[in-house]
Amino acid sequence: MDDLIRVEHLIKIYYLGEVQVPALKGVDLCIRAGEFVAIMGASGSGKSTFMNILGCLDRPSQGRYFLEGTDVSGLTKDDLARIRNEKIGFVFQSFNLLNRTTALENIELPLFYNNTSSRTRHQKATEALTGVGLSGRGHHLPSQLSGGQQQRVAIARALVNRPSLILADEPTGNLDTRTSLEIIEIFQKLNQQSRITIILVTHEQEIASYAGRHVIFRDGKIIQDLSFQPRQAADDLALMPTPTEEAIA
Amino acid sequence: MNFPMTLRIAFKALNRNKMRSGLTMLGIIIGVSAVIAMIAVGSGAKARIQEQIASMGSNLLIVLSGSATSGGLRFGTGSVPTLTVDDAKAIAAELPSVKYSAPVLTGVVQIVSGNQNWSTVAYGSTPEALLIRDWPVVNGRALTQADVDGRTAVCLLGQTVADNLFGDMDPVGQIVRIKKFPFTVVGVLALKGQTTWGQDQDDTLYVPLTTSQRLLFGRNFPGMVRSISVQATSANTLKQAEEEITQLLRQRHRLRPDQENDFSVRNLTEAMSTAEESARVMSLLLGAIASIALLVGGIGIMNIMLVSVTERTREIGIRLAVGARERDILYQFLIEALVLSLIGGLIGLIIGVSASQLISHFFKWPTLVSLEALLLSFSFAGGVGIFFGFYPARKAAKLDPIEALRYE
Repeated sequence: MDDLIRVEHLIKIYYLGEVQVPALKGVDLCIRAGEFVAIMGASGSGKSTFMNILGCLDRPSQGRYFLEGTDVSGLTKDDLARIRNEKIGFVFQSFNLLNRTTALENIELPLFYNNTSSRTRHQKATEALTGVGLSGRGHHLPSQLSGGQQQRVAIARALVNRPSLILADEPTGNLDTRTSLEIIEIFQKLNQQSRITIILVTHEQEIASYAGRHVIFRDGKIIQDLSFQPRQAADDLALMPTPTEEAIA
Repeated sequence: MNFPMTLRIAFKALNRNKMRSGLTMLGIIIGVSAVIAMIAVGSGAKARIQEQIASMGSNLLIVLSGSATSGGLRFGTGSVPTLTVDDAKAIAAELPSVKYSAPVLTGVVQIVSGNQNWSTVAYGSTPEALLIRDWPVVNGRALTQADVDGRTAVCLLGQTVADNLFGDMDPVGQIVRIKKFPFTVVGVLALKGQTTWGQDQDDTLYVPLTTSQRLLFGRNFPGMVRSISVQATSANTLKQAEEEITQLLRQRHRLRPDQENDFSVRNLTEAMSTAEESARVMSLLLGAIASIALLVGGIGIMNIMLVSVTERTREIGIRLAVGARERDILYQFLIEALVLSLIGGLIGLIIGVSASQLISHFFKWPTLVSLEALLLSFSFAGGVGIFFGFYPARKAAKLDPIEALRYE
């Protein structure tokens, strides 16, 4: 009963002029709170559309989507914005930080939209920054940070409102192997210690192996849904040779 | 999302592209300063006309003698004196809407002092004539009832006459000759300047009515005057006074209902208000033309805001993803446009006021900067910002977050 996410027969159809393009052809899925799920599939398989709907950025054409028991498929845009703000944290492949805005201010961004006082904002953002191991770098601009550090800032931003769900869309796509592992380690820590549900989109089997459950899409449908014993990123990191140059900051 | 925050984001965004923000503001700056300077020029012209109306004497009516008809030939107004000194006295005594009335004889005279001479228009009248025109004496004394009763040979000079005859010398107490009769100068009138039609009001002299009747003009028609100057009690009673005078004079002149008036009543203030009205229209027109500049400035704002929205598509996507509502984005861009236009408006205000000062200093044009004009143009600038900022802001707010996030 403690399903964090439950989708029932989700259908999404795009209209390109007269042509109907079905992106999702009836998806059913339940994700319990505290799971670490990898969503996989070729491009065009519908996984991005599915993620957009899970993230309340888009609404399904048909079917229902329950988030923490409430049906969000019929909510207004403003209500969806509030859900994105309070319950969901996004991490993107290209980091999506605001340029010319310091790391700390980037992390504060979600707090601007729920009327948090300036003091609390600063305090929460600093905590989140420390949480991803970047304390003291709050006043750096994104351009002054390495890719891995930028992604950590993005994770801190996703965490700052203490969401129950983190949606990560190819978060390691722009990072080298070691940095990717470090990011995955953060996700695993969040998942195991803070019981935050993490849904990760990836096409790398290597990255997916750190998730406990694999959901594979093809042609707008789920073709496989399997649970595994996940590998631990921390163990693998320990086995890797110590880096010659850690951060390029 | 709170207001100070939004304001800070707006300033930051504008600060990021200083050159662009500056150029965009320039449109508003030019517009606002043009509106202020043009309104100042227009109001200045209006104020000067009002000043001239006041200098003519306020609530002024002039009763002119009628025209004569002789053998089918009609002569112009005033060709035959039909008005009498008693008419003037009756107007003042019997009509409640009349404050003063003064019978006036006029004529061109040559005035001689020592080896200087000058031709000017002489007025023979009672002391009320100068009260009606609100014209004080700056040097010496005014004419008195005693002068009129005693037919003394005294005169008051206008500034122009005094300057031409005496230069720097004090004219008071000097003897001048008018039509060969000696007159003592008892006073000099205050400077009045030109009328709207360019006539020099100071090129004149005043003598007592009785003296002028005896020595200067009054020989052919004893007891008759050319015109009567009348001042109504207020602007509201002007029309009433005009009607009452007409009635009274018809009665006094024993005109049958089928007979035409043998006099005419002129309302000079009315003629001047026409001039004032046209100055007002000019002021309005100048302001309207200048506000076109402001409008063009507004289009500049819209243009830049559209570019800015496109450039910042990804930023908008990020904000939407972390929980910004449509109206948060709308306000953000609207406030940015408003900040642009209000800062531009403020700078334009300063430039507009300085420009008005420069115009009156270098071109000797009268300008008048009113608080209303400043407030009006400033709020107009703000209105332009909101109006032209709304479309780009709405465009930003309506962006699809998914597409915005993918935008390169």
